[in-house]
Amino acid sequence: MSTQKLRKERIDRGIKVRSDGLYALMSWRELSYLTLPRFILIAGLLALPFLIPGMYWQRVISIVCIYAILALSFDFLAHYVGLVSLGGAFFIGTGGYIAGILNSYFSIPPVFTIPLAAILGGAVCTLFILPCLPLKGVYFAIITLMYPLFMARVIEAFDIFGGTDGIVGIDSFSSAFVEQYFVIGMLLIFLFGIRRLVTTDRGLIFTAIMDNDQAVKASGINITQYKALAVFIASAMGCLGGACLTHIYMWSGISQFALDFSILPIAATVIGGAGTLVGPIIGCLILVPVSEFLRDFGTLRIVFYASILVGFILFRSDGIMVFGQRKYEQFERWTKI
Amino acid sequence: MTDPILRMDNVSKMFGGVRALKGVSLDVFPGDVLGIIGPNGSGKTTIVNSITGFIKPTSGKIYFKNKNITGKKPHKIADMGVTRTFQIMRPYYSLPAYKNLVIPLFSPRARRTGGWRGGGSLGNRQTVAIDILEEIGFERDSYIPFKTASTLPTGYLKRLELARCLSLKPEIIICDEVFSGLSMSEIASMVPLIERLQDDGITIVMIEHRLRELFQVANRVMVLNFGEKLIEGTPSEVMADEQVKEAYFGSEKVEEVMTYA
Repeated sequence: MSTQKLRKERIDRGIKVRSDGLYALMSWRELSYLTLPRFILIAGLLALPFLIPGMYWQRVISIVCIYAILALSFDFLAHYVGLVSLGGAFFIGTGGYIAGILNSYFSIPPVFTIPLAAILGGAVCTLFILPCLPLKGVYFAIITLMYPLFMARVIEAFDIFGGTDGIVGIDSFSSAFVEQYFVIGMLLIFLFGIRRLVTTDRGLIFTAIMDNDQAVKASGINITQYKALAVFIASAMGCLGGACLTHIYMWSGISQFALDFSILPIAATVIGGAGTLVGPIIGCLILVPVSEFLRDFGTLRIVFYASILVGFILFRSDGIMVFGQRKYEQFERWTKI
Repeated sequence: MTDPILRMDNVSKMFGGVRALKGVSLDVFPGDVLGIIGPNGSGKTTIVNSITGFIKPTSGKIYFKNKNITGKKPHKIADMGVTRTFQIMRPYYSLPAYKNLVIPLFSPRARRTGGWRGGGSLGNRQTVAIDILEEIGFERDSYIPFKTASTLPTGYLKRLELARCLSLKPEIIICDEVFSGLSMSEIASMVPLIERLQDDGITIVMIEHRLRELFQVANRVMVLNFGEKLIEGTPSEVMADEQVKEAYFGSEKVEEVMTYA
């Protein structure tokens, strides 16, 4: 017999209710309640290059942002379109190699290679994934996991694009400052762009495909076309990240197809909160620096890393963002049953 | 006599070794309410699936307005105005009821034709969606159109299925058991709705187990048994037919069974 006499009750905060409607515009308090979290995120990201000391950690900022873009694209595909993609490494590698080839063989400056790599890379990735779009769930995940392995082996076996040495001597960004602000800017644009996209009528179709693709077909909408569009958006984001990575390291090689790029964004999404879009970015802000700190432990690194992940999955399976949002919007109290 | 709007010509479907449909032919004329009845497993849903392109018939042809639509993709057929409901409701569970209709209103067909009562081309699809929901029986000034589909009761989900068809400004609606799982009073309120759709000039094909209500709205009925057409005729003709009784009650003495039933 349960002898529980109290239960926890969650109630929306008054300020949350007030700022839901037009009333929000009438007082600074409600306005700031709405805008402050977004402002903190934007200002925090923009201030990062000034707050972080040292060359080494400055570089980590850019890496964090690239991982965050990847995690954002994973979250969009998995929780708004219903395609669980493990193709992060495929996107990064394709984008990275395209930027490397364009810069090194055709000497196109980074200003053009990065957008070109995003668009061309997005098209290439979409073409590769197009035949497996009817697949769902685990099967789609396996196919997208196979592509980066496939590409790396092809480059190695045929010794194309520099083979195992990779493409060297690629131009870097003009300064560390430009590099950091470019990736931070792109991250913010993608974040707010995707957030806007998923609430438009066209974005609703993505969610509808995830919920029930048969009903979307019965509504006279070509679902393959929309899935391809979603994959293009996500892979173009990933390819842009890959192109930035190439220019940051002035090198593109097989290790850009490493599965880290597929796995870490998923871990970050789990920690940050699936389906929140901001969550994966927060997850990356935690996970990437943690993995840098853990370098001192050598091979034990992966053990610590895995323990953190397991802890999160067990005790905070809804993620930091969902938890934080709940605390921000609701208060809890004990009531008698 | 006018041309049939929908015509099935000797359609067969094999699932492995099972013949789900054996050479079914069927003419549906504009303005018809055609009922299709038959025992479980007689191939009713297979007919819906083959007309709307969800499965490809093994042999035979299907024509819509004299155009061959056999084996076309489901979204192409829906785009021509042949819409369907699903027996097991397929709403978008994570979206509110009115946003469920934004998807069909965004489809190429709705944008081309203007949608139901001119909804598709207007900027605000969400308002039009609420209009359609009101027409189909969602109380306008309640919170029901704004409830998430996963929390709606069966009656509303069945209506939502019909509303999705309506948003496409359909020429034909094929209803796959819209009455099943509803209470008597809910069915009673659905019947006038079907009649109103017929008045709007929409051709309706209904697959149904609820014979009484079906015979009330249908002007022609086809009976299927083991994938074959038993009989086609007016409701009264069908009701009087011995073969139909046999299919439903078995081949033993019909009178005897009827007394127990």
